[in-house]
Amino acid sequence: MSDRFVAEHPPPDVAGSPDRGRSWGGSAIVGATIIGVIVFTALVSFVWTPHDPLLVQGAARLQGASSEFWFGTDRFGRDVFSRLMMGARTALFVGVVAVSLAGLVGTPLGILMGMAPRWLSQLFLRTNDLLLAFPALLLAIMFGAVYGASTFTAMIAIGIATIPVFARVARSGTLQVLSSEYVLAARSAGRSRPAIALRHVLPNIGGLVIVQASVSFAIAVLAEAALSFLGFGTQPPTPSWGRMLQEAQELVAVAPMQAVWPGLAIAAAVLGFNLLGDGLRDRFDPRLDDSR
Amino acid sequence: MTAAEPFATPDGPDVLRVSGLHVGTGRDTLVEDVSFSVGPGERVGLIGESGSGKSLTALAIMGLLADELHASGDVRLRGVDHELLTAGEAERSALRGDTMSMVFQEPMTALNPLMRVERQIAEVLLIHGTRRERAAAAAAARDLLAAVDLPDPERIARRYPHQLSGGQRQRVMLAIALANGPELLICDEPTTALDVTVQAQMLRLIVDGVADRDAALLFISHDLAVVATVCDRVLVMYGGRIVEAGEVRQLLTRPQHPYTQGLLAASDLEAVDALGHLPTIEGSVPPGGRFPDGCVFRNRCPRGDERCTTWPGWTGTERSGYACWYPIGSAHG
Amino acid sequence: MLIQLLTRTATLLLSLAVASILIFAFMNVLPGDPAEVALGVGATPEQVAELQARYGTDRPLATQYLDWVAGLPQGDFGTSFVTGAAIGPQIVDRFLVTLWLVGAGMVIALVIAVPLGTFAAVRHRHPDGVLLAGVSQVGIAVPNFLAGILLIGLVSVQWQLLPSGGWVPPAQDPVEFARRLILPALSLGLVEGAVLARYVRSTVLNVLREDFLRTARSKGLRPYQALVRHGLRNAAIPVVTVLGLQLAVLLVGAVVVERVFVLPGLGSLLLDGVANRDLLLVQGVVMVLVLAVLVVNYLVDVLYTVLDPRLRAVA
Repeated sequence: MSDRFVAEHPPPDVAGSPDRGRSWGGSAIVGATIIGVIVFTALVSFVWTPHDPLLVQGAARLQGASSEFWFGTDRFGRDVFSRLMMGARTALFVGVVAVSLAGLVGTPLGILMGMAPRWLSQLFLRTNDLLLAFPALLLAIMFGAVYGASTFTAMIAIGIATIPVFARVARSGTLQVLSSEYVLAARSAGRSRPAIALRHVLPNIGGLVIVQASVSFAIAVLAEAALSFLGFGTQPPTPSWGRMLQEAQELVAVAPMQAVWPGLAIAAAVLGFNLLGDGLRDRFDPRLDDSR
Repeated sequence: MTAAEPFATPDGPDVLRVSGLHVGTGRDTLVEDVSFSVGPGERVGLIGESGSGKSLTALAIMGLLADELHASGDVRLRGVDHELLTAGEAERSALRGDTMSMVFQEPMTALNPLMRVERQIAEVLLIHGTRRERAAAAAAARDLLAAVDLPDPERIARRYPHQLSGGQRQRVMLAIALANGPELLICDEPTTALDVTVQAQMLRLIVDGVADRDAALLFISHDLAVVATVCDRVLVMYGGRIVEAGEVRQLLTRPQHPYTQGLLAASDLEAVDALGHLPTIEGSVPPGGRFPDGCVFRNRCPRGDERCTTWPGWTGTERSGYACWYPIGSAHG
Repeated sequence: MLIQLLTRTATLLLSLAVASILIFAFMNVLPGDPAEVALGVGATPEQVAELQARYGTDRPLATQYLDWVAGLPQGDFGTSFVTGAAIGPQIVDRFLVTLWLVGAGMVIALVIAVPLGTFAAVRHRHPDGVLLAGVSQVGIAVPNFLAGILLIGLVSVQWQLLPSGGWVPPAQDPVEFARRLILPALSLGLVEGAVLARYVRSTVLNVLREDFLRTARSKGLRPYQALVRHGLRNAAIPVVTVLGLQLAVLLVGAVVVERVFVLPGLGSLLLDGVANRDLLLVQGVVMVLVLAVLVVNYLVDVLYTVLDPRLRAVA
């Protein structure tokens, strides 16, 4: 069943440069740069945007790009660039909350299950597989149906749906660490289970968890965009890239660029976190050690 | 400086003739200036520690080097009127599995896990047109299984590799390699991964297999004892170079190169030093391409001095000789 | 092999049972009655009581659950509190649309991913292979609804080649059906193709390093022949697993793409259900989606044993 692991964790690309796993690869640097720009933009949006992103200007509707409105205006005359800046905030906020929730709950759960007796561990694995059949988007729609749609329900739902992903990664990492010789030695020296978990397991699966966090962040950004697109995530007038895309769809015949800008923003964020995840995997993934 | 003896023409009697073979990554040289030949029916051993370039030499001859490795030099097979290293993939493929074939070290991974044994043997017959029909090839495959002493070939033929033991798989590999009656069989550590109990049987099958087909054998091993039982002649390789060559008996009794002597001492299980330790060669093989200039062995050699910073060149003939400034027979050190 | 099959089937049934409990429990966690929810704030207690009695929501939750689950195998998903219509037939109708969309998307994805992923693996040291790997990395980052909007903008609006949405059943007009399926299927398939191409690339890369591929070449096969005859089937095994898992992604993707192209699929039904606060409908659609995912994973497991003789039990 460990083959399922590949879903969240593509097979390592061992054919790269020979010094892979020791230095930061190009993908990590490109990814970090993209994310850096997005984070910077989001931070700047707190103190400055070219225009008020919420200000409706009837006279300036659907303008093209100009020195006044860099990416033009939407159908309410709101400045698209300013809204994109503020959308970055939403995207990152949802990602941070969802991934933190999933990581902070899923990782200890996975470690616990990795150290549990075999039958319990197996039971957990089955349950976990079952929960993986509920994708984030579906869970978020259910949340929206029951509790009402908002940024909050969206990010909680994405976070909960991502818990099993972290649990699975942490469990399989734990099993790997527990079977290593130094842990066997620590165990035979009479170290307690919690001590082993803290001293050996956690530091050693840290890399795997960070890699997963980066990949999950990308998925969370995508999910938030999709939810907002469907009207289940961030509610107007708060800007969200997904919501902007939805509004742009109706105008695609008149103002196609309206769809391009938020689309580019989503794609860039997802690409950034995926690249960073790939780069981190090259560096952290212990399975690269036994690659030929 | 290559071997002193000039090479015969391509139509000469030798089955395999390698001269000035280099293998490298572009940055590092892994095999340097290797020249030797294998006569008809001759069984030649290629011996050395891992990392000495034995397998690369074999793979270069077969044309199976990994993409990132490049071979240059001159490799010729009897009956083939062109040089092999510069030949096209089509020509080389036509020779592989037919005129020359190879048995690899790892029987556990060398067979396709998803294909029945019978088809894997039949395939090599069909590729080269030795058999035209599937049924005939399958029947021939079962005969080949019987020929490598596998009991109940009918049953083994229907099995998948994972259902066979390592020894059985290696015999399947041998059956594939011998299927088309090659002129040259290359075996790369064919018994290293096997249990000691089945090694002897495997070696006998190899020797009988080449003898029956009048094929030449290039046998790679790190184990002198194994080479001594199988081969007529031995080439000792170290650091990507051939450092000594000679008849088995002569080389085992009167080694000239200090490295050969070290190998002999290390394989003599009777000999222990005063502390009860088995003798070993001091130090270890440096990682690929990081051998010293001059004599590649000088940093581990008990006899080395400043003179060894230049490559000693070959003394003797291509079939019997050595590359050393201070051979064992000499008075030095 | 039979024992494995039985264990897997038992696991599937158990998973379905647990999933149905989870879904039912989740949709009924809120205090208050679905009838109340459906009627909205202005309803009188009498109206609520009447609706409760009619749909049996005044009974204990356990009874309601058993009643709901007992109907599922016959395709009875209950009756909507909001529209008063039977839910089962709607789900079946809409599921067909989603199946067409997901199926066509998967085919497009495979047609893209297998050759391109293999090419990128074989040429991984050459600029074209690296470029292809980079393109698929970018493709993964494109949300399918963005692909959909851009396709509409380009193909429907700019070039006026294909309709921008709507659905025509294949039995009614096969040509129009196909014309309307192409863009939504492309939106799903292009992005999914990028995802799969990466898996294909990395599994083929792993296979290329296998000893048995070298053996195949030592028999006299050319590199590409060795890859096709010996490598691809070995590479297919991990790809098939991923394919099964990606189906969940495609189903969810279909929910969004159906909205973009106004297709009357399961996703639209789900979103309509949420909009109308038709919780029983939502519950039914979610159950069907989860069921589809679990069943496909089960089939993948079974297919896996067929593909890989090593997994067939040696009794």
